[in-house]
Amino acid sequence: MELVPSIRPLLAISVSALAALLILLAGERRRNLRELWTILASVAKFSIVASMIPILLEGKIIECTIIRLSPGIALQFRVDALGIFFATLASALWIGTSIYSIGYMRVLNEHAQTRYFFCFALALNGALGVAFAGNLLTLFIFYEILTIATFPLVAHRETPEAIRGGRKYLAYLLTGAALVFFSIGLTYHLTGSLDFVGGGFLRGHGSDNILRLLFATFILGFGTKAALIPIHEWLPTAMVAPTPVSALLHAVAVVKAGVFCVLRVVLYVFGPQLLSDLSLWLILAYFASFTVIVSGMLALAQDNLKRRLAFSTINNLAIIIMGAALLSPSAITGGIFHIAGHGFMKITLFFVAGAIYVKTHKENVSELDGIGRAMPVTMGSFAIGAMGIAGTPPFVGFISKWYLCLGSLEAREIVFLFVLLTSALLDIAYFFPIVYNSFFSRPKEQGNSGFDEASMLMVAPLTVCAIISIILGVAPNAFFHFFGVATLAAKNILGIS
Amino acid sequence: MMIGFYAMIGKRNLVKKLVGMNIFQTAIILYFISTGAKRGATIPIVDHGQGGAMHAVNAAYYVNPLPHVLMLTAIVVMVSTFGVALALIIMVYRRYKTLEEDEILELRK
Amino acid sequence: MTTSPFSILIIVVPFISAFLVPIIGWWRKGLCYPLVIGALSLSVLSCTVTLKMVMGGGTVHYYLGNWGPPWGIEYVIDHLNAFVAIIVSVVSLIIAIGSRRSVERELPQKIVYFYCLFLLHVTGLLGIVVTGDMFNLYVFLEIASLAGYALIAIGEDGAPIASFNYMIYGTIGACFYLLSVGYLYIVTGSLNMGDLSRILPDLYHSKVVLMAFAFFIVGVGLKMALFPLHVWLPDAYTYAPSAVSALVAPLTTKVGAYVMIRIIFTVFKPHFSLELIPATAILSWVAIVAILFGCIMALGQTDLKRMLAYVLIAEVGYIALGVGLANRAGLTGAILHILNDSLMMACLFLVVGAIMYKVGLRNFHQFRGLHRKMPITMAAFTVAALSVIGIPPTCGFFSKWYLVLGAIAANRWFFAAILLISSLLNAILFFRVIENVYFEPAVYAHNGGDHGEISRDEAPLSMLIPILAVTIGILSLGILSGKIISNIIQFAVPAGL
Repeated sequence: MELVPSIRPLLAISVSALAALLILLAGERRRNLRELWTILASVAKFSIVASMIPILLEGKIIECTIIRLSPGIALQFRVDALGIFFATLASALWIGTSIYSIGYMRVLNEHAQTRYFFCFALALNGALGVAFAGNLLTLFIFYEILTIATFPLVAHRETPEAIRGGRKYLAYLLTGAALVFFSIGLTYHLTGSLDFVGGGFLRGHGSDNILRLLFATFILGFGTKAALIPIHEWLPTAMVAPTPVSALLHAVAVVKAGVFCVLRVVLYVFGPQLLSDLSLWLILAYFASFTVIVSGMLALAQDNLKRRLAFSTINNLAIIIMGAALLSPSAITGGIFHIAGHGFMKITLFFVAGAIYVKTHKENVSELDGIGRAMPVTMGSFAIGAMGIAGTPPFVGFISKWYLCLGSLEAREIVFLFVLLTSALLDIAYFFPIVYNSFFSRPKEQGNSGFDEASMLMVAPLTVCAIISIILGVAPNAFFHFFGVATLAAKNILGIS
Repeated sequence: MMIGFYAMIGKRNLVKKLVGMNIFQTAIILYFISTGAKRGATIPIVDHGQGGAMHAVNAAYYVNPLPHVLMLTAIVVMVSTFGVALALIIMVYRRYKTLEEDEILELRK
Repeated sequence: MTTSPFSILIIVVPFISAFLVPIIGWWRKGLCYPLVIGALSLSVLSCTVTLKMVMGGGTVHYYLGNWGPPWGIEYVIDHLNAFVAIIVSVVSLIIAIGSRRSVERELPQKIVYFYCLFLLHVTGLLGIVVTGDMFNLYVFLEIASLAGYALIAIGEDGAPIASFNYMIYGTIGACFYLLSVGYLYIVTGSLNMGDLSRILPDLYHSKVVLMAFAFFIVGVGLKMALFPLHVWLPDAYTYAPSAVSALVAPLTTKVGAYVMIRIIFTVFKPHFSLELIPATAILSWVAIVAILFGCIMALGQTDLKRMLAYVLIAEVGYIALGVGLANRAGLTGAILHILNDSLMMACLFLVVGAIMYKVGLRNFHQFRGLHRKMPITMAAFTVAALSVIGIPPTCGFFSKWYLVLGAIAANRWFFAAILLISSLLNAILFFRVIENVYFEPAVYAHNGGDHGEISRDEAPLSMLIPILAVTIGILSLGILSGKIISNIIQFAVPAGL
């Protein structure tokens, strides 16, 4: 694997840190300048990340070392396939979310907008830092930056409910972080190094029981952010945040960072070989499947639209982890690809929820009857997103589900095939009524006849994301080379050339 | 030493605490000085005859001067501490009109 | 032996200036402040030069009056010394600059005496750090303590009695120290630290030496406020004037910790405390109790200053834990924490002073909306709070990292768990305050833009610049901690640990 030294990872991360500072300076008095910084930063970030993709596809790795932190550990960025995958997704979706946020904030005339955009930029800083981290310590540093930056976003509304939600968020995530801290310390003690290696580097260090315990603390720690049941409760509670926050951070950046870290631990710290030696992969896969099924059922019981979407996210995250746990090439590829696919689909759904709230102040599924007639574009996109998540062709969800099913066959565990099918059925069960009722039921109150979409700044991003879901379903390598990168990552991990 | 220590901790009146502190510190000073004492030794001053020829000094005949010197410093420290303490007690008295610790804590609430 | 004057200038300049201040103040009051700043700046300069000399050429010895040891008093400056010396001088300079306004407001009649005592206290602290002679250390210890008692007593209502209490405890501590020096002198005939470390190993089995060690630890523990000898600290630091708490809190306890490190690792060889008597094991357990006690007691406070005093007790616990673990990582963490804690406490107490100056409030439940009035000050508070909690990339994280590594390396996983639990407790403590400051009642939500009424009224520049300087230090010294360790601290840890 050829190492290319380049300053691009640092640039990509710093762009949003610089933007955060400029946003703070622009403040409330110069709102348009402030929004301009956000848009510029997101576009710049995406461009820098995209420029690195071709290098990655050639099979090289980009490295950027900042400073030595401790013997054997440096603040180092190493961009490999998995990292660039997450980074591309996060930066691409930030562009859409920024536009959407501007629309949302202006229409609702929300308070504390400067703080909002400032924290958003910092959060993206953290997310890309996590993506590019070359070792566990760098990862942890940016992981914590992400947690702290998103706290003011969760508690943005400042109602007692929002503050409680923020506290719960912090309580869960900081406790998880404490577990991770301990795990990283133990890893360093056992091996003297924290660098990620495709296929793991823990093999041969430490007794079996210690390694099993280490795995448990890692999974529990990162699993908090990845919203595994039983440490998932913060995610539905965090839906008290404004929708763009829920959209990007909880459907894409924060929880995806959690899943990303779990993947790093499973595939780059422990590695497939060690996990099958310790028979831990099966335990993790069962644990994840439990989350898949239970969250699907819990989603059915939610009336609040965003909470239902939150449980759907938990469902999909667990599917990704299950895919990685199966350790077969197709499963890993499918799991990684699902990070992107789910990202686009889920963000569409959240954008729709926000648009509905802005226009009608309705939050519950039971109130959505007939709304498709007034907002056909919006609900049409919702339908696309929903069908994609359930795994219907030709949407992008189908590709990831297909590969995951292949993967469970390759791993010779048919039970997970049934888990995937069950989850697809549950997806249909909790999404289909929404789509059906919005188009075909009579609205409970009269009025709302005629075309009455939300502001263009909000409808445009959600439509674009829905369309991309379709395009990616047909041509998975379109625009971002997602599928190619995912396959490359799987090869790196399994050591297949 | 222990009497002083007990007084500092156990007594409730500020002046008694101060007295205890004094006893404690004096005891330590005496202890140090006692370490330099020797049986049959004389004070550590060297006698120069007229003309000032230096003759050999047999250290065994003199009391160890080092603890004395150290304790001069310690006495100075003790006195300054005492001075500060008394100043504090005056401030406390002016404010609370009493020197009993429990009453002062009650008044402070 | 070097003849460079800088090692002695470290103390002589503030010492002589302390005497010049009342003289000049009697003549013209306004000149006191520039004199103080000038003296402290020269001290910082000397410390920097000395640090460079030590880093370049190893330990610096300076013989007072050109009398060689063991007859004369010797100043020995090695890596540990130089490190602590520069921390003490820089922090006292920053505090002197930052407290000017609050001194003028809180103690208008006593400015001259305040500055005189300030310089005496700093002289005492620097003397403790620089000297290589046991009795000389006692002298400087008493200078610092007496100046400290007087400084604290200038404060508000409860200050004289708090100071008296402090004096009783402090005198016990100093006298115990003196007693130990006496015991050691009897058995060895020397007062020089280097000499003692050579002579003592043969005498380790003597009861006198054991008693001396015990009295040392208790005496220094009293000065350092190690649980259960911390009783004087909350009252003394709460009732003192803001400027005095800001000076005394970051420095006095840390210098006490430095003395403990000197005694355990230089005067008595590590072999004594680790193997012959279980001193370090006992110390580490005491430290654990100190950490928990400090965090839990802090939870019950509503006065911000008192809460910080208890947090300080916990921080001292961290350093003691690092010393008690007595392995390379643990001691590195303890020494690094001396630096980090001084910065954090300086920032926190300066912020409290700024709030007192501007608003006159100390009960943090009354801090609502303070971030609108003093945004920069509150941002600095947040950064310092994150550092106490241990969130990267602030410096507090890195000392915790080494302490956790040390705990794991010593196979004391329980200690690592307590360290992480205390981080969570600290998070609860500080986020309570941060929530109050940043999140206002929902009455103002959705009103768009400014909340009105509370206008910006930031602390004066002379307070703001030191606060900002320390904050930048907290943020940057964390990332630079690798360099600090490899250049300085690594040599301060005795070889063979």
